[in-house]
Amino acid sequence: MPPLFQLRDVGFHYDGIPALRGLSLDVAQGERVALLGANGSGKSTLLRLLDALYFPAQGSVSFDGTPLTAERLQADGFAMAFRRRVALVFQNPDVQLFNPTVWDEVAFAPLQLLWPKEKVIAKVNSTLELMGISQLRDRPPYRLSGGEKKRVALASVIVLDPDVLLLDEPTATLDPRSQSQVIDLIQGWKGSSRTVIAATHQLEIVEDIADRVFVLEEGRVAAAGTPAEILNNHELLLGANLVHAHRHSHGNITHSHPHIHSHSHSQHEH
Amino acid sequence: MSGGFLESTTMGFARAITRAMLSEHTAQQRGLLQSLDPRVRVVGLFSLVLAVILARNMAVIGALFLGALLLAISSRVSLSTLVKRVWLVVLGFTGVIALPAIFITPGDAVARIGSAVITEQGLRTAGLLILRVETAVTFPALLVLCTPWAHVLKALRSLKVPREAVTMLAMTYRYVFLLVETATQMFDSRRSRTVGVLPPAEQRRMAVRTAGVLLSKSIETSNEVYLAMQARAFRGDVQVLSEFRMTLWDYVALLLFFLAGGLAVWKGR
Repeated sequence: MPPLFQLRDVGFHYDGIPALRGLSLDVAQGERVALLGANGSGKSTLLRLLDALYFPAQGSVSFDGTPLTAERLQADGFAMAFRRRVALVFQNPDVQLFNPTVWDEVAFAPLQLLWPKEKVIAKVNSTLELMGISQLRDRPPYRLSGGEKKRVALASVIVLDPDVLLLDEPTATLDPRSQSQVIDLIQGWKGSSRTVIAATHQLEIVEDIADRVFVLEEGRVAAAGTPAEILNNHELLLGANLVHAHRHSHGNITHSHPHIHSHSHSQHEH
Repeated sequence: MSGGFLESTTMGFARAITRAMLSEHTAQQRGLLQSLDPRVRVVGLFSLVLAVILARNMAVIGALFLGALLLAISSRVSLSTLVKRVWLVVLGFTGVIALPAIFITPGDAVARIGSAVITEQGLRTAGLLILRVETAVTFPALLVLCTPWAHVLKALRSLKVPREAVTMLAMTYRYVFLLVETATQMFDSRRSRTVGVLPPAEQRRMAVRTAGVLLSKSIETSNEVYLAMQARAFRGDVQVLSEFRMTLWDYVALLLFFLAGGLAVWKGR
């Protein structure tokens, strides 16, 4: 059985500025994967390649044994089937929430996939219920809080019941309570055939959302392993700019050590 | 920095947001127009606009204006909102156009200002123009004030207005708020780093630079939005769901709109 996603020697650049350089990795069906990396390491670009929004300048990206190419995505049949199975939640919910109301937002993808009207109504209502946002159904997205926007953005793709959920910084910029709600939602959305690939630079959520971690550095996979293996490798994290040296004083003694964000920003380990 | 071009621009942005939110509040009130199917509101109110344009009799247009007033009151639209947001603005623009007519229209003199003569016919022409524009603008204003924007768009779509036009309207309304928010933050950020009063020319230069940055941001945002639409199976043709249902009252109201419009055109020939 081929891996769900197979990337080989993938290169991508923005106007000549490289974002991914010879990146190779496999993701199996049912895996929960974290793409860990500092800003500019290529995480968001990689997610967009996995969602066939971008196509590699070199190398190949395959989904379920089928290469993802611009030509293939132009065919309605394949594109519809792929969009039904693979869903991406953008980092900035404002770009994802473009409909006049929350209800319309959640109904957008099912309508584009030409689902029957009754099915759309039933599925949208049950998804709003599942996500605990039924009370927001008639609200315009621009009037929601950051946490609410994120939940609506999640609802707008979960409504399709996709096989693969791609998440770009799912908890970035959220307050602790909203972070916890989003993590609960991700954890609640699982099953033997469901795959989650989340890009993040927040070490404290990795163990909650992933069973396997790829560390990205300058557009390449710098390391791969279990969350415990990666999070305990301080040298690797320091090199990938995911932790930083922290200098502080105890009385007259000043010293520095790696600053690990394993729980919350207010704590650190010596 | 106190007062000035930048600050007034920022305040203008903030007022735009507040007004839009106020509209949504009015649209959710229980009132006459709010009780009608949005498609009836769109068709009915536009038929009245057509009647205003076609009618030539001042008394008939005045009656239509009175009708608009009654519709506003029965739909719980605040009259001060109409005065400030519609009637004064229209008076300002139309008044500039109508003013010369008072003096240049030949007819019976009613007053003199220096060598200029104000004629009865001139006053009548200017009054008719202002009344017609005020009335014609009040009906669409009532539609927007009494209908959530999403329903206006859905109604337009179900009335076979081209998808592209409706999608453009929807996206414009949605993203203008995002850009207004960004612009306000940019102005605030700049103000927080500015000491003293900048000369007006410098303020204008800053505003132009800000507009340039906003334009870049809006292009970037539109690219991102397009990707987000593609990611959710958008293939260039937006599919929407119309949940509107016509009741007997909607048909009666539509008939009344058409009758009122038809009568106005006939009597106002």
